Amino acid sequence: MSTVTTNTIPRRARRAQARQAASGYLFVAPFLVVFLAMLVLPLLYAAYLSLFKEQLIGGTTFAGLDNYRRALTDDQLVEGVVRVGKFFLLQVPLMLGLALFFALALDSGVLRLARVFRLGIFVPYAVPSVVATLMWGYLYGPDFGPIAQLADKLGVTAPKFLSDDLMLGSLANVVTWEYTGYNMIILYAALRAIPSELYEAAAVDGAGAWRTAWSVKIPAIRPALMLALIFSVIGSFQLFNEPNLLQRLAPNVIANSYTPNLYAYSLAFTSQEVNYAAAVSFLLGLVIVVVSYAFLLIGNRRRAS
Amino acid sequence: MTRRRPRSTLLFLAMLAFLVYFLLPLFWLVVASTKTTGDLFNSFGLWFSGDFSLLSNARETLTYDGGVYSRWLLNTAVYAVVSAGGAALLAALGGYGFAKYKFRGNGLLFNAVLGSIMVPATALAIPTYLLFSKVGLVNTPWAIILPSLVSPFGLYLMRVYTEEAVPDSLIEAARIDGASEFRIFWQVALRLLAPGLVTVLLFTLVATWNNYFLPLIMLNDPSLYPVTVGLANWSSQAQAGGGATGGLLSLVVTGSLLSVIPLIAAFLMLQRYWQSGLATGGVKQ
Repeated sequence: MSTVTTNTIPRRARRAQARQAASGYLFVAPFLVVFLAMLVLPLLYAAYLSLFKEQLIGGTTFAGLDNYRRALTDDQLVEGVVRVGKFFLLQVPLMLGLALFFALALDSGVLRLARVFRLGIFVPYAVPSVVATLMWGYLYGPDFGPIAQLADKLGVTAPKFLSDDLMLGSLANVVTWEYTGYNMIILYAALRAIPSELYEAAAVDGAGAWRTAWSVKIPAIRPALMLALIFSVIGSFQLFNEPNLLQRLAPNVIANSYTPNLYAYSLAFTSQEVNYAAAVSFLLGLVIVVVSYAFLLIGNRRRAS
Repeated sequence: MTRRRPRSTLLFLAMLAFLVYFLLPLFWLVVASTKTTGDLFNSFGLWFSGDFSLLSNARETLTYDGGVYSRWLLNTAVYAVVSAGGAALLAALGGYGFAKYKFRGNGLLFNAVLGSIMVPATALAIPTYLLFSKVGLVNTPWAIILPSLVSPFGLYLMRVYTEEAVPDSLIEAARIDGASEFRIFWQVALRLLAPGLVTVLLFTLVATWNNYFLPLIMLNDPSLYPVTVGLANWSSQAQAGGGATGGLLSLVVTGSLLSVIPLIAAFLMLQRYWQSGLATGGVKQ
């Protein structure tokens, strides 16, 4: 705005600015209040609880970092973290690779019936993971499962999906089935939003379809890829639903400490070790934040160079 | 100027194979829902056989044990709709506030929320349970709804979306017309934010609808269960009981099918909105 008089306008502008700021606070306040109550407060409470210990004699006493010391040397917890780490390395590259391939295929314009594929691959995301795991549990079944039936008809033996050796792969399959479509849609939406000038520039430079995908499309959707990766880190390390439900089919393969989250759950609700469970939850959250942050740093450094 | 590109048959066949993989379990579910318990075990799993019992299965699922499944379905719908509606509204208000107003701490607060995307929901669930049991919220619907109202990703999406879709000049014009800030949001901005809002609404709806860990922890009264916890319970009863409760198996299968239909329908119906809503959120950083 142009200045008319030197004295009144700045004051009025200042007042408008203050009013703006007040309105801004009012708009963000409801979210922040719930955010504080439902996210920050439980985190602080977990941190607080994790510093105490419950004993048969003496009740609850302050324990300092004892619970954390115990957690770091708890073989069951460490094995669980290593297991979900392995799961992450096995499942996430496969899932994101497939999602990226599907997204590029849909975006390429050379695929017939692209809409049908887009919806069909996305549909599993709308299926609750409980239902997805129950379904795959039946499909895996060694006696009446359709895969075993089919193998029987062909005169071969089906792989033992619920055995010790294959369980991690079977879980990876369920998770891949559930979330590939979701990631595909995120990546596809990002691809659709790439400005067409970039393609024109690539075409002028004589880039073919593959070259354009590799050198133009994939770098342009790096933020969306990072987002998908972060969500996958979180998903892998907090794995619970799928192992919890498959445990009923294979109780000898999936122990209560199979994943850290399953362990925290059984600590809190079966062994009533609430304080230790809080420490385990808190540590697990920390592991996820550190791993996610490391990926963000790597991603950003790569972009900068 | 769109040039028709040659269609690739090889790509089409590869995608077709993948499509079979993604739809096969659902096909199995549909087929299995049409079978009696006996046929579930005795016939080939991937094709129809015996009597077509879909309707009687559905009737039995909905009325078994005094209609407890219908109750679960209703609970799920209430939890999901209230949570998703609340979460979307909070995210829209907040995202709009962060995008369009200058105030001290704007950047800092937003980054704090964004960073919290990394805090896993299940690591929060146990402390939240302990907190809720202190204040007597455990085993009430609020135990499911309140934690589901926070959607950091929804806030992020709404902020990015507001920057794209709501021009400053429009807000300025409404101010000159004398509209209050809240009225501008409600009557001008919200219309433009519709695709973003539908996206957040739908994705929080799915998150609550599919939630299993939180209700498993928070609820122990079966009449408060959502479908996910109820089905998991039936399923473990069916496995444990053998002959006595073997009939439950076909209820688990049919109940699974019934629980999947509403969300798929919502996604199909609202396709146009949520896809354009995501397209904005996916690129910005």
